[in-house]
Amino acid sequence: MFPRPIEQTSVATQWLYKLALPVALLLWLFPLLGVAITSVRPAADIAAGNYFGMPSYFAYENYADVFRNTPMAKYIMNSFIVTIPTVIGAVTLSLMTGFALAIYKFKSNLLVFFLFVAGNFVPFQILMVPVRDLTLNLGMYNTWYGLALFHIAFQTGFCTLFMRNFIKALPFELIEAARVEGVAEWRIFWYIVLPLMRPAIAALSVLVFTFIWNDFFWATVLTSSPDTQPITAGLSSLNGQWISAWHLVSAGSILAALPPVLMFFLMQRHFIAGLTLGAVK
Amino acid sequence: MSAYWKANQRRLAPWMFLAPGLAIFALYVIIPIFQSIWYSFYDWDGLSPPVWIGTANYVELTTDPNMVTSFWNNLIWLLLYMLAVPLGLFIAIFLNQTVRGIRIYKSLFFFPFVISQVVVGLIFSWFYAPNFGPLYLLIEQVTGKGVALLADPDLVTYGIIAAGLWPQIAYVMILYLTGLNNVAPDQVEAARLDGAKGWRMLWYVILPQLRPATFIAVVVTVIGALRSFDLVSIMTNGGPFGSSRVLSYYMYEQALSEYGYRMGYGAAIAVVLFAIMMVFISGFIWKMWRDEPER
Repeated sequence: MFPRPIEQTSVATQWLYKLALPVALLLWLFPLLGVAITSVRPAADIAAGNYFGMPSYFAYENYADVFRNTPMAKYIMNSFIVTIPTVIGAVTLSLMTGFALAIYKFKSNLLVFFLFVAGNFVPFQILMVPVRDLTLNLGMYNTWYGLALFHIAFQTGFCTLFMRNFIKALPFELIEAARVEGVAEWRIFWYIVLPLMRPAIAALSVLVFTFIWNDFFWATVLTSSPDTQPITAGLSSLNGQWISAWHLVSAGSILAALPPVLMFFLMQRHFIAGLTLGAVK
Repeated sequence: MSAYWKANQRRLAPWMFLAPGLAIFALYVIIPIFQSIWYSFYDWDGLSPPVWIGTANYVELTTDPNMVTSFWNNLIWLLLYMLAVPLGLFIAIFLNQTVRGIRIYKSLFFFPFVISQVVVGLIFSWFYAPNFGPLYLLIEQVTGKGVALLADPDLVTYGIIAAGLWPQIAYVMILYLTGLNNVAPDQVEAARLDGAKGWRMLWYVILPQLRPATFIAVVVTVIGALRSFDLVSIMTNGGPFGSSRVLSYYMYEQALSEYGYRMGYGAAIAVVLFAIMMVFISGFIWKMWRDEPER
C-alpha cells in the first residue's frame, strides 16, 4: 500500500494526520460552506455588514422567498422532466449499441465504436448552430423533449463506450453456449446479457443523471422560457435579477446542487464505478 | 424471409441493435459537425439566405483582437488546468489511508465535482466578491488593499480557472484513489525492502502503475479545459471588456447572443476549437486503438 499506512508510523504522526484531515476538509469545502451559511443568513444581517459571523438566526425564509417569488419549483420540475427521460433513453440505446459492438465481429466494428467515442469528446460549439436549427425545424425549440432528444443522442456516445467495455468483460462462453443451443440473437441479448448488466445500468444512470442535471450550455441554447428551462438556466437568469442579493443566490445554488449531491451519496459506489470508466479498476 | 433471416441472423443482428442509437447519434452529433464546417464558409445571420464567402470568415479571425484574446485565454486554461493532475494525485495520496471515517472524507472531498458548474461559478463569485468576499478580505488583511479579482482584466481568467480547478481536482483525485487502490502491494513491499521510499518510491514504483489513471486524468482535464463555458458565462459573461473570453464563449457570443447572430463567423470559431480538440481526440483514439486486442 502506498503511502505507508499511518498505523505503522509514530503516535505523533498519527495524531497529526487525524488533525490534518478535518482541517484540510474544512479548507477544501470552505467556499461551499460559506455559501451554505449565507443561504440561511437573514437579509438584515447582510445589510448590517454581518457577512461572516454566525447568522443572528436561522433564516429559512430565504428558501421560502425563493420558492414564493421565483419559478424555482417549476425549474426543479423541468430539470427532472428533461433528466429522467434522458437517462432512460441513453441507457436503453447504449445497451443495444454496446451489445452490438462487444459481441459481433464485423468489418466496421471498431470504426463505429470510435465514431461514438470521438463524437463524445467534441466541443459543444461545433454542434450548436446545426442542432439549434434542427430543433427549430422539428418544432421542438423550447420544449422538454427537444432538449431531452439532443441529450439522449449525445450521451449515447459516452454510454456506448462504457457498455461496450462492460459487455466485453463478460464471459463470452455464455453467448457461445447459447448459440450452440440455437437461441435467437435477440433472446441472447434479452435473457443472457441484460440480466448481467445491472451494475452497468446503475452506474450509468447515476452518472447521466448528474451530467444532465448540471448541463447549462444546451439548456441556454435549446430553451428560452421559465416553462421549460431547467434549474441551471433558471438559476443563471435569477442571478441576473437578484444582483448581489447573496442570501437568495446562495439559497438557489444550494437547491440546485441538492439533487445530484443526494444521488451521489445514495449511489456512491455506482457513481465512482461509472466515472472511472472501469478502465482503472 | 424467415429462412433468409435464419441464415443471415448473425450478420444482420448487430446492425439492428446499432440502428436506433447510431441514427440519433448521427443526426445530432456527426452530421452537425460537417454542417458547422460548411456554415463557416458562409455569411449568415440565421434568417436571410446564407451567402457563400469562401474563407473570408477565417481571414477575419486572424485579425480579430477578440479572437486573439480568446485563443490566448484558452491556452492559459489548458496549461493551468493541467495542475489538476498533480494536485489531484497529491490529495489522493493524502487520503489513501484506512483510518476510521476516511470513506466519508473521501466522498466529501469529491463533493465539488458533483455540483453543477453554474453553482460552482456562483460560489466562487461570492468567494471573490469585492468588499466582503473571503478572498478579498484575506488579501486586504495581508496587503492592505483588496483585489476585485473578477473586475480586473489581468487577473480575471486566473480567478475563473481557479474556480474550475476545484471540481477538476476532485475528479482527478477520485481517479487516482481508484488507481492507488489497485497498486500491487507486493511490488511496493519489495521496493520498500530495497530501501525505496518517498519521492523515489512514488516516481519509480507507484507512478508507472498509475499510468491508466494518469491517462484518463489528462484526457478529461484537457477536454474540461477546452469545454470551459459555464464558468465564464456565469462569473463574468466574458468581461471585463471581453478579457476573460475563451473560444467556446466567444463563439456563443457571436452566433447566438444579444451581440449578434453571425452564425457563419461563429461556426468558423467553433471549427478552430474543434481542430484544437481533434489533435487530442486523435491521440486518445490512437492509443485506444493500439490497446485494442482484436484490431
